[in-house]
Amino acid sequence: MRDATTARAGLPLPGRPALYGARGWAGVAAAAGLIVFIAPLLNLAVPAGAALHLSDYSVSLLGKIMCFAILALAMDLIWGYTGILSLGHGAFFALGGYAFGMYLMRQIGLDGVYKSPLPDFMVFLDWKAYPWYWSFTDHFWYALLLVVLVPGVLAFVFGYFAFRSRIKGVYFSIITQAMTFAFMLLFFRNDTGFGGNNGFTDFKRILDIPIQTPQMRMTLFVITGVVLIATLLLARFIVTSKFGRVLTAIRDAESRVMFSGYDPLWYKLAIWTLSAVLAGIAGALYVPQVGIINPGEMSPAMSIEIAIWVAVGGRGSLVGAILGAFLVNGAKSWFTVAFPEYWLFFLGAIFIAVTLYLPRGVVGAFAQWKARSTSAKAAGSEPAQKAAA
Amino acid sequence: MRTPLYRLPPLFLRIAMMAVLASALWLPGVTRAALPASVIEKLALGETEDKIAAVGEVVAAADPEGLNFLLLLLDGKVQTVANKQAIIVRDGKAVDAVTGKDIAPPPEGAEDIILNNRLRREIEAAIAALKLVSADRTARLAAAKALEGGADEGMLPILAKALEKESDPEIKALLLIIQASVQLKSSDAAVRLSAVKALAGSSSSSTKTVLLAILEKKGDEWAEPDAAVRAEAQISLEAVERRLVTGQRIGQVFSGASLGSILLLAALGLAITYGLMGVINMAHGELIMIGAYTTYMVQNLFRAHAPGAFNWYLLAAVPMAFIVSALVGMVLERVVIRFLYGRPLETLLATWGISLMLIQGVRTLFGAQNVQVENPVWMSGGVELLSNVVLPYSRIVIIGFSGVVLLLVWLALTRTRLGLFVRGVTQNRAIASCMGVHTARVDTWCFGLGSGIAGLAGCALSQIGNVGPDLGQSYIVDSFMVVVLGGVGQLAGTVYAALGLGVVNKFLEGWAGAVIAKIIVLVFIIIFIQKRPQGLFALKGRFADA
Amino acid sequence: MNAATSVVEPIHGTSGDAPVEYGRVAKDIEAGPDVSHGPILYLDDITVAFDGFKALNKLTLTVMAGELRCIIGPNGAGKTTMMDVITGKTRPDSGTAFFGQTIDLLRMTEPQIAHAGIGRKFQKPTVFENHSVFENLELAMKTDKRVKATWSAQLDSAALDRIADTLALIRLFDEASRPAGLLSHGQKQWLEIGMLLMQEPRLLLLDEPVAGMTDSETERTAELFNTLAGKHSLIVVEHDMDFVGRIARTVTVLHEGSVLAEGPMDVVQADERVIEVYLGR
Repeated sequence: MRDATTARAGLPLPGRPALYGARGWAGVAAAAGLIVFIAPLLNLAVPAGAALHLSDYSVSLLGKIMCFAILALAMDLIWGYTGILSLGHGAFFALGGYAFGMYLMRQIGLDGVYKSPLPDFMVFLDWKAYPWYWSFTDHFWYALLLVVLVPGVLAFVFGYFAFRSRIKGVYFSIITQAMTFAFMLLFFRNDTGFGGNNGFTDFKRILDIPIQTPQMRMTLFVITGVVLIATLLLARFIVTSKFGRVLTAIRDAESRVMFSGYDPLWYKLAIWTLSAVLAGIAGALYVPQVGIINPGEMSPAMSIEIAIWVAVGGRGSLVGAILGAFLVNGAKSWFTVAFPEYWLFFLGAIFIAVTLYLPRGVVGAFAQWKARSTSAKAAGSEPAQKAAA
Repeated sequence: MRTPLYRLPPLFLRIAMMAVLASALWLPGVTRAALPASVIEKLALGETEDKIAAVGEVVAAADPEGLNFLLLLLDGKVQTVANKQAIIVRDGKAVDAVTGKDIAPPPEGAEDIILNNRLRREIEAAIAALKLVSADRTARLAAAKALEGGADEGMLPILAKALEKESDPEIKALLLIIQASVQLKSSDAAVRLSAVKALAGSSSSSTKTVLLAILEKKGDEWAEPDAAVRAEAQISLEAVERRLVTGQRIGQVFSGASLGSILLLAALGLAITYGLMGVINMAHGELIMIGAYTTYMVQNLFRAHAPGAFNWYLLAAVPMAFIVSALVGMVLERVVIRFLYGRPLETLLATWGISLMLIQGVRTLFGAQNVQVENPVWMSGGVELLSNVVLPYSRIVIIGFSGVVLLLVWLALTRTRLGLFVRGVTQNRAIASCMGVHTARVDTWCFGLGSGIAGLAGCALSQIGNVGPDLGQSYIVDSFMVVVLGGVGQLAGTVYAALGLGVVNKFLEGWAGAVIAKIIVLVFIIIFIQKRPQGLFALKGRFADA
Repeated sequence: MNAATSVVEPIHGTSGDAPVEYGRVAKDIEAGPDVSHGPILYLDDITVAFDGFKALNKLTLTVMAGELRCIIGPNGAGKTTMMDVITGKTRPDSGTAFFGQTIDLLRMTEPQIAHAGIGRKFQKPTVFENHSVFENLELAMKTDKRVKATWSAQLDSAALDRIADTLALIRLFDEASRPAGLLSHGQKQWLEIGMLLMQEPRLLLLDEPVAGMTDSETERTAELFNTLAGKHSLIVVEHDMDFVGRIARTVTVLHEGSVLAEGPMDVVQADERVIEVYLGR
């Protein structure tokens, strides 16, 4: 029998591995510094017109894309790491947005077009009072609770039934698409009580503070950035934990996971629900910054687009998900200004090119290229797969 | 889902059209009106009360000449000269209304006859009544319909006369009801009672209104004082309501079958590409859209180069839609999809990308607006089963068409070499390959077949709905639902699922509205898949979930 | 005895720990199989039909605690389907299946059955290809496998020792940090066996465990199985008759979904019907 300590030579140490190495933490700190200090400085303190001034337009755009990056992280956890392609994340995102939007609508108070305590669309429908599900939405904290609970509970119930009957792969994708489609139809109805076609817009205040000021815009931007970094760290914690390894194991060989004694149902359900909650939070941050939420966010097209952000950046890579959200949405805002009619061609081409030529996304391609150049120098090392995985 | 079910022109419009048609037929023959001079004089020169009385006389006489005169009167062709002579002025020529003699040159200072609204209504009703005795069946039917709910006691004689002569059962039934509703206003309880009995045979919702009015209570007073009449009215009302409900049911089943056949067409192609080949083709909807645009192009070609054969453009459009969509599908299979076999999620994303490009391509070529695809004349109109149930020909044609397509697909899969190969490759690719089947080529042809059927669906859809770049998007979720519900790899399952979804959807629509119905159906499917993940007709066995 | 015995020992040492709780599983399952009457597995009158084809036809089979049972039979005899039934992957149309005296396998899910103490190795080696060899063993290790426990799980020294021992046993110590997907076929087979051992099952189902192994690897596997028998019960499905001859005490021959013959290897091999099934008329 070997001595235990010598037997363990070369194996990991007891305890939990670190989230990031020194370089990783430096990167996170740099991102946090950029968002919390540099961006406000460049936007608010540097005068407009100066070379270093960060325009209000850029702040809104970056704030919006950071919301999408949170959404992409949520998608990466469920698709990239667990192998479950959700085509329903647009619905969770929009539900979070609507939940917070209800609060924003009530903050309008009597300043609507009809000067009524009810939102304009309700006045238009000739409603006399708020429907029951609008109760308490004038309380900020209750609204925040809804942002988490509504997508969370929906995802839990939907996921429980779907995973319990072992719906997986494309089947799952299709029924999540049907789910988001059903929600879109529901929210398009005026009688549903969420503003129908037009959704919610014309927000005035948050916590009684006017929403249209540069300070408020910057505040929302910073909050979004902080939430993004927190989401990244949470996701990193998950994927480096044993829980995360079980998720990846489910993606790669679900039957082995089952025969090892893990019940995939609860693992899938946990990450699915968490992912939906993160999507809802992203939606809640999105609405006040963009100033509108409507059922269009629940269209099947939007949900599939989320998947392509992650695919472009690199499935199963957290940085990849964020990068993908920035690349695709950055390209979108450039195209829709420069060549609006070519955007769909370009987006379609990305879908095809990524699936055919970049199965591991930009991050994977970069890792491969790096591995090739290092293995040219020193043969026999294998960081490529590890770095990409 | 689209809702433009058979929207027929409203009733009044159809009557107006018929009236114009009828007058156009009769007018050229008229040179003079052979009405009694006293009647003509009253009509042209009398006070309003006199005129109304005269109109009543014309109706009572049931004389075709009277109809012509009333039409001319209504048309402003009858004028008066110096308040004592009535003349008919047409094409700059004038004739004396009583004698029929030409008056040349036309007299100076002829005045129009002022018809107030009351008089105009009377004349119109009289015209309708008089048309009841016309020789033309459609004119009689239109006239009877126009009178429904708008007849008065003065028309009883002409109604009786018309009933006597009438041989067409449909018109006769209608006339009886009209007669009954007039008789209901009688002061004789016995007359009212027989009238109420006669109304039991009606299937019109206006009869229901009439009967409901009888049963109403105004304060403490019954609208109908006689209890026996009320009891009879209750019985008649129930009969009418039963018939109305039956009609509604038939209508729902029909529109359900119609929706189902459209779903079937849209899903049949998917049943092949997804069900047999396992390819998730999110661009399937766009292949449908391409089929619809091909139909549009063929229609334009016919209109420009062969307007005489325009009614038959579909004969060319159907094969063209199939071929164009099939070719597009085969190109896609060769260029993109074949690299993704066995990777369904990647296929889903890539084909979604293809669908985006196809949508934008069509937008660039044809514009973002919907384009007009016209039905051939033989597809417009419909069969009227009951007064509240009309089955449009276009829908009937599509139901038949989807049946034929289904049969052809079934034959193609079971009776042809391609079908044999497809089934072989589906069951065991490696073995099929060893047996000398060129599997890659089979894949391409099979995908082409599925795409071509999508094109046929597009061709059918163009006949009943809008054709625009987003056409396919509205069908893709539905068609996947059909395939998933029916069970993968099962044609029979697809058929049952499509028809079942169509009918259920339409029934729910009648009960809860279109959007809620759709949501209920989606929720139902989601729950159903929980219970039976393999769909209605599942393949069972060791390899079923592989 | 050889090295294998000594390395297996500590793995067993831990199985006496407090039973691990698992979901809403009945007490019987927590207690493990009751083998007081001898048998650890009873299959009685099991029938499984796929679209009319009977993969198992009134199969009745009993395996005693500590027994090493070899199952042979031509292709399509129902060997894999039998394993599917035992591990909960396939529900039979009729029949009963008990693990020990009290645990009704037909009412449990795959993870519950695995947790109750049945481990399974697939015909095609199934390991987590993107995880390192070390992580594969870590995931398989017997522990509380519910979400809450996994969420905060950390490796302690005892666990590391067990993994190290198993790594040595399956001779993959030097490959510990390599992704399992990069291993050779034989190495994957060994890794899967190692994962099974980490689960500390009472009953091991092994579907063609030596397929793709070299002769020396096969020999080592035979030795390993021989040492495992007694403490564990093993059911080995194998086509390699040499291998079967080396490990088998009792051999069961399946044919067309039911037991054709059962007994010591030499008796079975001499059985007329078995020869007929294998060689044809």
